[in-house]
Amino acid sequence: MTTPRTVELVVNGQSRAGDAEPRMLLSDFLREQLGLTGTHVGCEHGVCGACTVLVNGEAARSCLMLAVQAAGSEVRTIEGLGGVDDMHPLQEAFWEKHGLQCGFCTPGMLMTAVELLENTPNPSLDDIREAISSNLCRCTGYQTIVEAVQAAAERMQGEAQ
Amino acid sequence: MTRERHYIPESRQREKPKSKYFAIGHSMKRVEDTRLLTGSGTYADDVMLPNTAHAAVLRSPHAHARIVSIDKSRAEALPGVLCVMTGAEAAEVTGPCADFSSPPTTQHCIAVDKVRHVGEAVAAVVAESRYIAEDACELIEVEYDPLPAVVDLEEAVTSTGDAVLHPDRGDTNVAHHRVIDFGTVDEDFAQADLVIERRLRWPRSGGTPIETVGATAHYDRGTGKFTIHANTSMYNYVGWLIAVSLKVEPHRLNIVPTDAGGSFGSKLFCHKVCTLAGTLARAAGRPVKYLEDRIDNMTSGDAHGSDRVYDAKLALKRDGTMLSMRLKVIDDYGAYFQYGVGQHGNAMAQVTGPYKIGSVQVDLTAVFTNKCQQGAYRGFGSEVGNFVIERLVDAACDELGIDPIEMRRRNLIEPDQFPYIMPTGNMYDSGNYQAVLDEALGMIDYDGWRRKQAEARKEGRYIGIGISTCQERSVFSATEFWMWNPNETPGFTLSSSPESVSVNIDPTGKAFITLNAPFWGNSPETMAVQVLAEKLEMDPADISVGYADSDKGFNSSGPGGSRFTVMIAGAVSGAADVIREKMLRVASHMLEADPSDLEFRNGSIGVQGVPGKEKTLAEVALHAHYFRLDLPEDHDLTSGIDAAYVYDHPVTTMPSEDRTDLGIFYPIVGHMCHIPVVEVDAETGKVDFLDYVAVHDCGTMVNPMTLAGHVRGGTVNGIGSALYEHFHYDENGQLQNALLSDYLHPTLMETPVDIRVGHVETPSPFTEYGIKGGGEGGRMGAPPAIATAIEDALKPLGIKVDSLPLTPKVLRGMIREAEQNGGG
Repeated sequence: MTTPRTVELVVNGQSRAGDAEPRMLLSDFLREQLGLTGTHVGCEHGVCGACTVLVNGEAARSCLMLAVQAAGSEVRTIEGLGGVDDMHPLQEAFWEKHGLQCGFCTPGMLMTAVELLENTPNPSLDDIREAISSNLCRCTGYQTIVEAVQAAAERMQGEAQ
Repeated sequence: MTRERHYIPESRQREKPKSKYFAIGHSMKRVEDTRLLTGSGTYADDVMLPNTAHAAVLRSPHAHARIVSIDKSRAEALPGVLCVMTGAEAAEVTGPCADFSSPPTTQHCIAVDKVRHVGEAVAAVVAESRYIAEDACELIEVEYDPLPAVVDLEEAVTSTGDAVLHPDRGDTNVAHHRVIDFGTVDEDFAQADLVIERRLRWPRSGGTPIETVGATAHYDRGTGKFTIHANTSMYNYVGWLIAVSLKVEPHRLNIVPTDAGGSFGSKLFCHKVCTLAGTLARAAGRPVKYLEDRIDNMTSGDAHGSDRVYDAKLALKRDGTMLSMRLKVIDDYGAYFQYGVGQHGNAMAQVTGPYKIGSVQVDLTAVFTNKCQQGAYRGFGSEVGNFVIERLVDAACDELGIDPIEMRRRNLIEPDQFPYIMPTGNMYDSGNYQAVLDEALGMIDYDGWRRKQAEARKEGRYIGIGISTCQERSVFSATEFWMWNPNETPGFTLSSSPESVSVNIDPTGKAFITLNAPFWGNSPETMAVQVLAEKLEMDPADISVGYADSDKGFNSSGPGGSRFTVMIAGAVSGAADVIREKMLRVASHMLEADPSDLEFRNGSIGVQGVPGKEKTLAEVALHAHYFRLDLPEDHDLTSGIDAAYVYDHPVTTMPSEDRTDLGIFYPIVGHMCHIPVVEVDAETGKVDFLDYVAVHDCGTMVNPMTLAGHVRGGTVNGIGSALYEHFHYDENGQLQNALLSDYLHPTLMETPVDIRVGHVETPSPFTEYGIKGGGEGGRMGAPPAIATAIEDALKPLGIKVDSLPLTPKVLRGMIREAEQNGGG
């Protein structure tokens, strides 16, 4: 245990700061110091992917990253994706296609899908399956998650044109 | 059998199935989803009370040992530590955990004197942060005196002395043994031309949701009252037993439900975590949060599934007619016995499956071993029964040379035989099993796959087609939990299993429904909204839903046993009748018409046959809330529009004294046919799905989309049970795979690209609108179908499937052995 230090970073477009011991996980920092409880912790060893956030645009397991490592970074979490009145197309598609049941893995799934669609706006079925296979979902059997990502990609492509 | 034993209570169904619905039957988007999609759900770890301290638990490294001494001084001295509790200290203020076994079995939230499985709590620390609490756990020094570890379920039957886990229950690890003949078993076997015998092994797996169990407890020194926020269930049914453990009166405990990040049965009660958090909060004088980490959950979550070996026999005539079964089963319950043999009460609901089998003998032995205790997992024991009977049927097909589909056609219960009393006395309410089979066969291209299989075999590839035709009993009655208990210690023989809701119509005519059991990952809000919208012909968007804590709750058993949709529908329907009656009375004054001439129509109440002569629900609601003096002087006509309704189990009876008739206890019975097509890679043992059809009959569907979601998700749970999942304890009782990196859930890569779901709707004559449960079916139908498909694929090698899971390693080993023995 060592002295906490102040970690400054940009979260969902806003400058934020909080205290963190060097050993504090980014997931705990987001949840406890910044009050962003939408990022969920399922396994604490990097397997389930529920805690996936974007760090400088790349998907990262916030349970495998220290808060101090994220200092100066730009972090995006589920809270920055969209609210009930301004949902991201991925959120809308998950809703329409029944891509969630308990919702616990959903923030990680969504952030994983955000990374996919930002890098690969027109993904093949295999691209989607490959991306989603990094995360565990115990409820849906994955099929409707894949359908939702497909539908969102099509919709975002349509809007971009 | 006497007529009395066949007593079927009169149906209490008030809402008959309809040909056209206003809201039911639509694939409406879920009410639950917007908060979950935006990160706004409140799961157990999201409860953040001011000044909360955090707990961590020191867990036993031994499977079985006496606790000789605990030195906690170094832990207590660590800055930031608020308190450290041993089991002995906790036991001074807190009694044993809730337990439904009879005779009782004592479990403490922190072990006292003895540990009985790896991972059992030995001490707990409360500190300013979880980090510090975990540091402190490492500073606690415990001296153990190891005892013999009992790991094998058959060896457990004969162990004595130091190997006995609970000496207060006698010098044995046999927790329960009873043999019951249901019907004329000996006579039926005497008439058989053939008896199929198989020894079958069903492995220990578990629901293992992505969210573990957690509780945040607060003890108010000023009132002596606990408040516990937790992802528990049954808190409005038996939650008061946690107050008993905490040694306060039930009204001095308020349990507040959180969203649950999946359960699959595993969060049925979660009494231990609630009891622990409450105990620690009282000791620390601060709100305390305890959330299981992954290892806590896997080693000590009290939610491992069935772990059984069967010696199973099926008696048949030469033409394939099934006559009777004999099932000798040993079930490894682990270290404690929280629900007794409830899982076997459950299995008796459908032990003879969908077949016209006249009798069955069940010889049940439950044993204690040094493992995490069993809880509930999607199927609650009946999924194992499905595996066993389908394995026997397939073996009979092989032996008699009868096609598996033809075999089923000859033995399935006929549509005109319902309601059907099966040998244990349970009732199957309705069904059309032939229609389900036909629908599945229509979807799969069975003959085409048989041709492809033949072609593939010529190329040395192993394609197999499996079929299962299974029951999904739904809507449990509480008698299942105690019906197997010894007559001399019958236990708490409860017979109530209700579900309740309340409905408030606000002054603008919008509705709020309060459920009395938690969100578990299924769709209770959507179900409630669709049923209320149906009853009041109102826009579903005008209805929202919340959850009552135990201070405000009504008796409600909650989700489990695929009962929630049926029971919520019954409760909402009942409450809506009260609302309707009152709104009609108010509207009749406003419209100067007789209530019997009025109807609910699309957001309004109007005079039948007179378009335009109507008042909107908003106008009626405003009147009812605020204009009492405009209404007649009728003392029953109070202001506002509110209703609470308790819906009891729709149809249940008591077991007979000698238990040869278990009564009606799980009567809302669905049916399914699963047909997977698999390819087994002989080089690696990996199983791939080439196609998968799952047809379910869950009666009237409230929401086809969410039902299909249950079917697919359950099927993937079943794929896990069939192919990958197994809590592996070594010979010392060490759990070898307590992480999700070792205990392998199916990922997307292990699942079919498209599980094609079909539906048949045979309404129940006993439930509102004819709805049946559908929450568990996928996991109940998939394992036997997959086992058969793999056996079919490997037929050229002569491989028989008698145990699960069929991991790549297991299959590769079987294939290697078969090849060495000259198969193929």
